[in-house]
Amino acid sequence: MNDGPKPRPDNAPKTQPQSKIVPQKNPMPAQDPVVRSKNFNEVALGYSPETAIAEAKRCLQCKKEPCRQGCPVEVDIPAFLKLASQGDFAGAIAKIKEKNALPAVCGRVCPQETQCEKYCTLGKKHEPVGIGRVERFCADWELATGVKIPEVAPPTGFKVAVVGSGPAGLTCAADLAKLGHKVTVFEALHVPGGVLMYGIPEFRLPKAVVQAEVENLKKLGVDIEVNSVVGKFTTVDQLMEEEGYDAVFIGTGAGLPYFMNIPGENLCGVYSANEFLTRTNLMKAYQFPDWDTPIKIGRKVAVLGGGNVAMDAARTALRLGAEESWIVYRRSEKELPARHEEVEHAHEEGVKFAFLTSPTKIFGDDNGVVTAMECLKYELGDPDASGRRSPVPIPGSEYVMEVDTVVVAIGQGPNPLVPRTTKGLEVSKKGNIVANLETGATSKTGVYAGGDVVTGAATVILAMGAGKVGARSIHDYLSKK
Amino acid sequence: MYKILEKEVFSPIIKLMVVEAPKVAKSCQAGQFVILRIHEEGERIPLTIADFDRKKGTITIVFQEVGKTTEQLGAMEAGDYIKDFVGPLGLPSHIENFGTVLVVGGGVGIAPVHPIARELKNAGNHVIGVIGSRTKDLMFWEDKMREACSELHVTTDDGSYVRKGFVTDVMKEIIEDTGKDNINLVLAIGPQPMMRACCNLTKEYGLKTIVSLNALMVDGTGMCGCCRVSVGGVTKFVCVDGPEFDGHEVDWLELARRGAYFREEEQRARERAKEEHSCQCECGGGK
Ligand SMILES: Cc1cc2nc3c(=O)[nH]c(=O)nc-3n(C[C@H](O)[C@H](O)[C@H](O)COP(=O)(O)OP(=O)(O)OC[C@H]3O[C@@H](n4cnc5c(N)ncnc54)[C@H](O)[C@@H]3O)c2cc1C
Ligand SMILES: Cc1cc2nc3c(=O)[nH]c(=O)nc-3n(C[C@H](O)[C@H](O)[C@H](O)COP(=O)(O)OP(=O)(O)OC[C@H]3O[C@@H](n4cnc5c(N)ncnc54)[C@H](O)[C@@H]3O)c2cc1C
Ligand code: SF4
Ligand code: FES
Repeated sequence: MNDGPKPRPDNAPKTQPQSKIVPQKNPMPAQDPVVRSKNFNEVALGYSPETAIAEAKRCLQCKKEPCRQGCPVEVDIPAFLKLASQGDFAGAIAKIKEKNALPAVCGRVCPQETQCEKYCTLGKKHEPVGIGRVERFCADWELATGVKIPEVAPPTGFKVAVVGSGPAGLTCAADLAKLGHKVTVFEALHVPGGVLMYGIPEFRLPKAVVQAEVENLKKLGVDIEVNSVVGKFTTVDQLMEEEGYDAVFIGTGAGLPYFMNIPGENLCGVYSANEFLTRTNLMKAYQFPDWDTPIKIGRKVAVLGGGNVAMDAARTALRLGAEESWIVYRRSEKELPARHEEVEHAHEEGVKFAFLTSPTKIFGDDNGVVTAMECLKYELGDPDASGRRSPVPIPGSEYVMEVDTVVVAIGQGPNPLVPRTTKGLEVSKKGNIVANLETGATSKTGVYAGGDVVTGAATVILAMGAGKVGARSIHDYLSKK
Repeated sequence: MYKILEKEVFSPIIKLMVVEAPKVAKSCQAGQFVILRIHEEGERIPLTIADFDRKKGTITIVFQEVGKTTEQLGAMEAGDYIKDFVGPLGLPSHIENFGTVLVVGGGVGIAPVHPIARELKNAGNHVIGVIGSRTKDLMFWEDKMREACSELHVTTDDGSYVRKGFVTDVMKEIIEDTGKDNINLVLAIGPQPMMRACCNLTKEYGLKTIVSLNALMVDGTGMCGCCRVSVGGVTKFVCVDGPEFDGHEVDWLELARRGAYFREEEQRARERAKEEHSCQCECGGGK
């Protein structure tokens, strides 16, 4: 395993055709950490055409395509890399889009290290091909040069309603529209995109990129009705019985914030990650007062939790002017559920970490504004059912951490609005809609669901995959009607 | 885009607008609210549905100018468009035949109380209405309220119209005259201090009192938790669990503090908007 000599380019030919192997990824140009921790511009700047070609050329074109099996939507990775390596970016993006409707988004936010790149042959001895980086380049190239709209099948006469415009809903809508169905997407907020718009920060995923992808969907003939909360202005049942929709896809995500349920959590200055990120991203509070929505940040911010959402909040806090931004996490660094790259970025930008720590109480001043948290130290005990070592509080280890702002980022559940107002829709104990993962079918005929609302908070690509599955099943269902 | 069809100026700071929003009008019920955003850079603000016309597809809002967004809205005219207008949000008022209901509207709260009073009366209740404002100029919808209620009492804080006294003074008289056992429910909507005072009063008589809370909000769909408030020691989201709650259970201090958290920023935004507004170009003042 690791005890052998490190592969050096000059001794590699003995085992491999060296001429082809380039052991390392072409680095991603990025904004300097000190500079970027003060602005909201995108951190990763993207490849140049030359670098993209060079990176694509690293691909070995493996017959078995292991990378492809790691991709939840099975993009033909070797094929698009080959086209890109020849400088045929139009061909490359067309290849990607056969399977992935939002490549500019996925190229930026997919956890490639646990998906395609994890299985890449090159990655066994060297660094895997930077598949996501080339994907992003091709998508950006297309957005910059003008997008080719795929062909749409002749109208079938069927009407489908999609509830929620996150990656699951948008993907489902795109696929159904291409098959000739009339699709209307209903979105509760004033812009489409779901978490891509309100959650993931501008510096990781520029909102203009998301909106460009959304515009492309509209060109397929998809209608998007924003300001439309299903379960309020209408219900799923009404859509089918009164408005003439033949099928419905529910992709309402996991938008309900969880709180710790500790004393002081309703003090001013305690935000859910959703509120903190929504104010900043969707409402552009970082441009206050040019934009009207304010946010208050203070000197020292504590973010509770250790996932991607927590990293995003902690990095956002720095950019909003916090002097110190802390991640407060119950387990140790090794257990952090966030993507490695996000943790790295957070470290580089100066986010601080308090591991094996969890707050028990939040204190406030006379105006009800947060001043401090009482924290308890933890140690790792025996592994629990999931195999992770579970944190055990150390009695008497309480200490006080002074803070001006607390962001609770310990997870989200599904919003109950749609399940509660839809007759005969089965939900799990946690409130997730029960759907067959292979078909997206729910307990209600004609109603399909996918994405975070089914799986619980997951990833963009899994939500897209579920959207695709839903579209395929809805198409089958309509074809038999 | 949502067109403003009519505008009525009740006073320099209280205005009514009828907005074209067929989707909202089709399904809304008394007690629900909308969230609107005037323009691209705007804030999302909640306003109660004061009336609706399902056939015409319109929603009526009545608002008091208290800050940047409500002032900018107040400067708009019939024919102008509001960028975003979403609803109906929140749970409808619980309407049934309770018997006798004391319905109280204070200040701009007269508007949201109106459709609820109407529905309560339609459900067979004897509705005793009380409306109050600081002064005569701020009074509106006396006629509509008289129609919606079985009997109506009007008061002004300064005595410039009908009588002098807070709504709580009138409520106390009514409760004493009618007998607390002859009143089955109280509903009070208005500024927070007024609702709180009403609750303090009705608590003495053990009269259940429903209030409509105006917490700060962002999305209004249960996604952000900005609107949370403690009711009976349990955290509730006003936008989806409310806006109506049992007033005797509400943690008023927490609500008031949370509502004041962004005051400095709101002040800044308002002053800046005024500066922009006073420029001498022909931009129309603000956005
Ligand atoms: C801060 C943050 C960072 C993340 N970072 C990453 C990352 O780097 N990589 C990654 O792969 N994943 C990431 N994720 C997870 C990923 O964003 C989600 O898994 C994905 O967006 C789920 O997609 P979805 O379509 O199921 O739901 P969502 O994106 O949640 O979209 C649901 C949409 O439905 C709308 N809606 C809800 N209820 C209704 C209703 N009743 N009527 C109408 N519309 C409704 C919502 O407003 C929303 O727009 C992140 C999540 C967060 C919160
Ligand atoms: C469910 C609900 C229904 C409402 N219905 C009405 C209505 O029918 N008519 C009406 O005039 N107002 C109503 N409000 C209050 C209205 O939303 C606020 O007045 C408005 O958001 C102020 O925005 P602004 O930018 O003009 O003022 P800002 O500059 O944001 O605030 C100015 C002042 O108003 C206070 N304020 C801000 N937001 C709120 C709020 N949500 N509730 C109470 N005070 C607030 C601030 O603390 C500050 O003192 C309602 C609020 C809620 C939550
Ligand atoms: S596994 Fe890696 S090297 Fe092989 S085809 Fe896929 S991307 Fe290319
Ligand atoms: S306003 Fe966001 S949850 Fe109520």
